[in-house]
Parts: sequence; structure tokens; C-alpha cells
Amino acid sequence: MPPSAPTAPTAPTELTAHALRAAIVARRLSAREAAEAHFARMERVEPQVKAYLTTCREPALAAADAIDARIARGESVGPLAGVPVALKDNLCTRGVRTTCSSRILEHFVPTYDATAVERLRAAGAVTLGKTNLDEFAMGSSTENSAYGPSLNPWDVTRVPGGSSGGSAAAVAAGTAVAALGSDTGGSIRQPAALCGIVGLKPTYGRVSRFGLVAFASSLDQIGPLTRDVRDSALMLQAIAGPDPHDSTSAAADVPDFARDLEAGVKGLRLGIPKEYFAPGTDPEITRAVEAAIDVLRRAGAEVRAVSLPHTDYGIAAYYVVAPAEASSNLARYDGVRYGLRAGAEGGLLAMYKESRRRGFGREVARRIMLGTFALSSGYYDAYYNQALRVRRLIKRDFDNAFAEVDVVVCPTSPIPAFKVGEKAADPLQMYLADVFTVCLNMAGLPGISIPCGFTSGNLPIGLQLIGRPFDEPTVLRAARAYERETDWHERRPAGLA
Amino acid sequence: MSHPLGEYELVIGLETHVQLKTATKLFCGCATRFGAEPNSQVCPICTGMPGMLPVLNRHAYELGVRAALALHCEIAPFTKFDRKNYFYPDLPKSYQISQFDVPISKNGWLEAAGEGHTVRVRIHRAHLEEDAGKLLHPESPVGRADYSLVDFNRSGVPLLEIVTEPDLTTPADAHAYLTELKQVLQYTGISDCDMEKGSLRCDANVSVRLRGATVLGTKTEIKNLNSFKFIVKALEHESERQIRVLEGGGRVVQETRLWDPVVGETRVMRSKEEAHDYRSFPDPDLQPFVITAEEVERIRRTLPEMPAARRRRFVESSGLTERDAEILTADRAIADYFEACAALHAAPKLLANWVIGELRKEMNERHLEAESLAEKLPPARLVELARLVEDGKITRLVGKDVLAEVLTSGAAAGRIVADKGLAQIADAGALEPLVDKVIAANGKTVADYRAGKKPALAALIGQVMRETKGKANAPLVTKLLQDRLGA
Ligand SMILES: [Zn+2]
Repeated sequence: MPPSAPTAPTAPTELTAHALRAAIVARRLSAREAAEAHFARMERVEPQVKAYLTTCREPALAAADAIDARIARGESVGPLAGVPVALKDNLCTRGVRTTCSSRILEHFVPTYDATAVERLRAAGAVTLGKTNLDEFAMGSSTENSAYGPSLNPWDVTRVPGGSSGGSAAAVAAGTAVAALGSDTGGSIRQPAALCGIVGLKPTYGRVSRFGLVAFASSLDQIGPLTRDVRDSALMLQAIAGPDPHDSTSAAADVPDFARDLEAGVKGLRLGIPKEYFAPGTDPEITRAVEAAIDVLRRAGAEVRAVSLPHTDYGIAAYYVVAPAEASSNLARYDGVRYGLRAGAEGGLLAMYKESRRRGFGREVARRIMLGTFALSSGYYDAYYNQALRVRRLIKRDFDNAFAEVDVVVCPTSPIPAFKVGEKAADPLQMYLADVFTVCLNMAGLPGISIPCGFTSGNLPIGLQLIGRPFDEPTVLRAARAYERETDWHERRPAGLA
Repeated sequence: MSHPLGEYELVIGLETHVQLKTATKLFCGCATRFGAEPNSQVCPICTGMPGMLPVLNRHAYELGVRAALALHCEIAPFTKFDRKNYFYPDLPKSYQISQFDVPISKNGWLEAAGEGHTVRVRIHRAHLEEDAGKLLHPESPVGRADYSLVDFNRSGVPLLEIVTEPDLTTPADAHAYLTELKQVLQYTGISDCDMEKGSLRCDANVSVRLRGATVLGTKTEIKNLNSFKFIVKALEHESERQIRVLEGGGRVVQETRLWDPVVGETRVMRSKEEAHDYRSFPDPDLQPFVITAEEVERIRRTLPEMPAARRRRFVESSGLTERDAEILTADRAIADYFEACAALHAAPKLLANWVIGELRKEMNERHLEAESLAEKLPPARLVELARLVEDGKITRLVGKDVLAEVLTSGAAAGRIVADKGLAQIADAGALEPLVDKVIAANGKTVADYRAGKKPALAALIGQVMRETKGKANAPLVTKLLQDRLGA
């Protein structure tokens, strides 16, 4: 054993994916034992965390047994062989209900797997179940779930962030080694930050959206939530690449994300955007992020100031573009073919109205109305077209910045995990939780959130690293360089059973 | 002479939807076969299931470009798709993928043969879109059931919408345009244009204005025009209705009207206020689509000669009448067949008569498709038959029977003539006894003829022909009869 390896045996629920896979392949642990350990832990901590909406114990154990059998026969296994993973419940799973945390899809069982899910399974991952989210991924706390909020493993009176809050909570709570989420305006990175784990939003087009229930098609991207940066690379490797079923998936070659992971940041130019260090951010977060930048500087990175002048318009433009697309994407839930149907006795119009009124929660309804308005004739130019212009300006800001630096560094969230109910009554306050994350989606860029400290109240803080389009390798390399210098990512919440 | 519309003139623009002849749908791999069991040609994509994404069918796109080129349109080097949002149970995603501001093509034209003049129509644009499903209203024992069913087989089927400028001024011209359009689309293999199967559908925009006025009148849109005959009727009816409104001091209201073929009227479907706000915006699931000039040229090179050009050629170089050329070019397969025959024969006019006359009659009776004609009756066979008649080996009357026999048995005409003894009787000695017999047996007719009723001769000729089973040389029979009866 190398001297740096832990000397005491670690529970399977505390391992990283790469460590767990190594243990399984070396037959120190079976895939079944790993899966069972997770289901056992779920029984203890799920009542407090509520990360899962659906668990799939039998199919998961069958998949784990199949991996064990392959290993026993000496056959090759995938890069995620036996790794127990969770799936955000807006990723379609064949034969397993996919609710999007909405009443309208409460009993919806797809006949198909999302491409990302299929690829994860092909890599040997064992899918444990489906995790909670803000309804149709609209929110930053999971409080918008029709099935109740998930809770933050670091403080179960607080939210785990959102919308991939269930996935983040599961990985932080040790009920999944890794998870898939989706990120439309920060929905992977913000809950990762609030739960003290790693969350990666790949470049738009890097991962197929086929089978991801659409929120805002031009912004949505599937990505991994993991315990460290190496796992993030491993998961991305499994799900990335062109898909003939998704016209917006990029034809770009998929690099080996692990190759330069340990190359360090020497000579790498980091840009610090002054707009992301404005008042309004929790001072503890600002301090932690500044300290993290120092760590990277000491590791050899060159740090420069950059400007992203249109950042302030990001939220406003995002809340036009995303609802506009959502208003159209969610129009298919009409009670005709599947999903909740109500009011049919009152005729067609009554059926539409009543099915949608009962099926959608308040936030979803609010965004459908916002988007419908923004696309209406007479308002289209003032809202939708104007938002597209802002989107181009934001993209140009980043292009200019990336002419001078390789990675942009900033906080992931302006605030740490907040109390359940604290912001629920004020949608505008909630929207501002995305202030540092939405611009990447508007520009289609890759970004990662990694743990970079804790507040005085022991709540995790996230550091966001942003890269050029399709330059995940540099983002991952810089994130890994930071991770090597620190141990924030090794901390596990202590308050759970 | 007073014009039927008096001091008014009619302004018509047509929007025609044609189904593109592809094996699969526009955005998924489902089949497009007509008449299949309901919902047997569907998948999660064309039924709007969660998480499903469209992928453009390249063949449909190329067919669209091909049609646009045949209509002399400019092809957009870059095109995109948009969503047209509205709720209806036959529309599974609650939006239709169509093209809004960057259609695949625009600014074309089509010339059609009108009555005594050429109808030139500018094409405003032609764009791709997907079809919706179909609502079925089942009957229950006590009338219509209290539920409806939806068949999604048609959902996602590729359509090309061809929009004209308001260049048409009479229902007859509209008919001429549609006839020509249908021909061009069938010629180019773009669509079956079968209105009964819904592969060609038409909406009309109609307005009237005082002759010479420069501003267009308020238009109405007429939907549900599912035959060319109805289109003409609906346009006639609607223009008369609008003129009546104006003459009565009223104003035409902008609205969508539905043609009711049973009553023979248009009636209001929805007013301008009730018009949908489709909230069109670019479909974020589909990338803008680019076509290079080389690709456009490659498609252009595969276009066949268009019917209008072919008609002109048939008249100018084959010496056919306008009417014959029109009939022969109406169906590309027939025109191809005619040309294959004409290549083997010096007198195209004679062959045209055979094709237009006897052959088309036989095809109708035998339900013979034009596409399989060359196989059933190789051009050389028809030419052989035509020659037998021209050379006087058989009469034209016998020729018709021989044609039927050739089609039935597949044998050569010469062989049939020889085997059945059908050669023409042009020997006066052989015919004279028969002529005498007919005169003796038809005293009344003979009397009529002698009394000056010249048509009576034809009846007598017919009698002789019947006696010879059509083999007698008709001019000779005529001469013999006239000699005997003392013309
Ligand atoms: Zn389909």
C-alpha cells in the first residue's frame, strides 16, 4: 500500500468512485456489498435528508451481482464498475417512474433511458434510485418539489440547494457515491457548493440531453455531482460525447479528462472578475474564495483581474430566456396522452386548465406565465429578443476574458445553505441565488464548483472555476490542483446517524 | 361585355401543404405509410413524450429543396426551425415545429396554362413543417360518443408549405395554378399530391377590391378545401359574398372561414380577435441548418424537365396540339412512355393518338398504373401495332381489339393478327357479296339514304364492318356502297 493511503478501512459509503471501483476490481469489496451498504445507510439517513424520491433496490442489486460475476470470471469491467450512483428524477429511466418532482408526472414511467443514464450503466455504474429536485428543475432549494424538500446533510434545518438538491444531498450524506444532475442556471454547481461536494456543468453540447426532461433546452446540461475532482472527470468521461439522438450534442472529440488532471496550475492564468466580488455576497464566502485564489497562486498560477461587465444583466435575461423555453417545453403536459388528467368531464378546455392547474406547482406556473408573456406578440422584441442580445453580450464578455486568461475563478453562490422556508416566500430573493452561475449557462461554458471552506456555522462554501467552451480538461486540472493542496473535500457531515 | 364580378376584381393567394414522399417522418424514424392501423407508426418522439428530441430527416430537407428549385425559388444557405405554440389534442408537444423567419426557400414563381393565357404566380416562400395527428370521433349507439380518439400516425409527417403572392385573380386561374403545381411536384417525385390521402391540402386567402384600386381589400382565409373543385366553388362563393357585403355598404371582416361542401358555403371559423398568438420562437432543440451552393447544384442537376417545358417541346418539335401535349404531360410516367415510343417511330402524332385514345381507355379499364405501363406494354409493341394499322395490314378498328389482346396475353401484335386471321380485307371481290347482303337486309335504311338522309350510309358501313368483324377496309366499303346505291 502506498504510504498516503488511509490505514483504517473506510466504509463503502465514504469512498470516492475511483477508490470504490479499485476496491471492487481488486475484490476487496463486492459490488453487491457496496450497493447494500448504501441501501442500509439510506434506511438510517433518508428520514433526515429525504434525497430520494424512488429507490430501485432489486434492479440495483441485480446489476451489482452482474458486475461481481464478470469480475469473478476475469472479464473486463467498465470504468464505473460497481459504483453506486443516484439520478436526478428529471432523467428518464426505462421502467422506473420519472416524476420531475411534479404532480403532473407522478405516475409517469418512461419506456426509454436517457442517453447519459444508458452510458452510465454501460460504464458499470449501479443506479440506486431517483433523487428529488425542484419541480421541473425550477428552483434553487428543492423546496419547489411536489413531494417535499430535501435537506442539507450538514444541517438538516437547511436546504441542500437546487434544483439538483436531492443528488447533492445523497452524495454528501453517503447514500450515493456520485450522482447525475442537470444545470440550467446553476442547478448542479449551487447545490454542490451548499452540500460541500464537487459539481460540474459541462460545456453546452458536451453531454446529450436526450432523455433529460427539458426545462430550458438551450441552457440545460447534464453533469456529475461527486466527492472529488477525479470522480468528476471519471463520470464526465462516461457520459460525454456526441449522440445522434440529440442535434445539439457537439460533434467535438471527447478528450481523456484524466490525462492532465495532475498537471498542476503552474503558468495557468486565472482571471478574477471584479463583478463577482460585489457587495451582497456573504463576507465569509468572499474571504474563503480569496483564500482559495491564494492557494492557487502559491501553486504557480498567475492571477489577473478580468471584467465581465454584463454580469448584472445575467439574471434578468436568464429569467426571460429560461421561462420562455419552459413555457413551450412544458406545454406537452396537457393530460391527453400521459400524466395527470383532471376535469375531463368539463370538455377539452376544462381538461387542459384543470390538469395543468392541479399538476403544476406555483413556481412552475409562475415561470410558464412569465415565459408565455415574454413570447407574446407585441412583447417578443422587448423581452425575448432583448434577452438574446444580452446573452450575446455575456458570451462576448467571456470571449474577451478568455483571450487573456485560461480559467475564471469566483464564488459559486453568494450565500451558504439557507433555512428551509427562509426564501420560499420571496421568489426574487431565490432567483438571486443563481447570480454567479447563470451567466455560464447563457454562454454555454463549462464550470465546476469545488469545496473551498466552511462558514463559522460549519456550512460548506463553493469555489467556481469557469473555462473556455469544451475546455473541461483545464477546468478539471485547476480544480484538482486546488484539491491537492486542501482537504475540504474529505470532510463529511457529522450530524447524521 | 360585362365582367362576372362587375366593377370588382378578385385577389387570391394560396397556401398549399404537400406531404413529402419520404419513408420516415420529419424528426423521427417512424414510417409514413398511409392507411396503417391507428397509432402503429408512432414512437416517443412523435407522441411528445418527456425528454424526447427531434432530429431532422435529411432526405425530407433535400426533397423540400428540390421542390423549391422546381418552383424557381432561392434556397436559403442557412435555415432554422421554429416552434408554433398552441394547444390541441392532435398536437402532442403542444407546439408544431415549422419555419418562421428563415424558411428553406423564397421568391420563386410558377407558370401555368390558363384558359387562353399564361398564369404566372410568384411564390412567396416554401418551408418545411411537421404534420399533426388526427382526431377520430367514434360513434356510439346513441350518436356521437362522449370521447374522441387521437391517431398519431400522421404526427411528424413532413410537409412543405408553399405560399403564393396574391397574384391570382380568378378561380379558374387558381385551378390552373394548382393543377400545374401538382404536376410539378409529382414530376419531381416530391409528393404524391393525393388529396384523398391528405397529401395535398390547400387554404386560400381571398379579398376583393374595385378594379384598378392599388390597395388590397380586407382578406378572409378559407380552410378545408380538399378538392380542386371545392376550391373553385369556395372562391366563387366567397368573392360573391364579399362583394355583397361591400355593395350593401358593409365592410369585410378579417377572419378565418371554413368551406362547407355540403351546404356549398363558407362560414366563420374564428375571427381575427380569436386568432391564435402562436408565440413563435426558434426551436432550441434543432441547430440552424446549412446547405452549400454545391449541394444545391447537386440537387438542381437531378431535376427532370418540368411539365411546362415538356409541353412546349411536344408542341414545337413533335407537332402535337396544345391539348394533346397537355394530356400526355399530365402524368410524368405517361409522358416518358410516349417519348420512348416516339423514339422508335417517325410520326409522333400517330402514337400520341394511340396513347391518348385507346391506351388510356384500356389503362382505365384495367386499372393499369402509368408506372408499370412500359413493363406491361413495351414501347416496341405499341409501335408495331401502330405500324400494322398505318401499313393497312389491319384496320384501325381491329387494331383496338389487338391492343386489348396484346395487353391481356402479352403476345406481339403481328402474331395475334396472324393467329386470329385479323388481316384487313381490302379486296373488292371479297367484300361485294357482303355489301349486297347488307343492302338487301336493310331496306328501310337504304330508303332513308336514297331519300337524302346521308348519315344512313354510316349505319350501312357499320353493318358491313360487323359482318367482317371490323376487318374490312372502310374506305373501300364506303366506295362499294356508294356505287351500289348510286350516290
Ligand atoms: Zn416517431
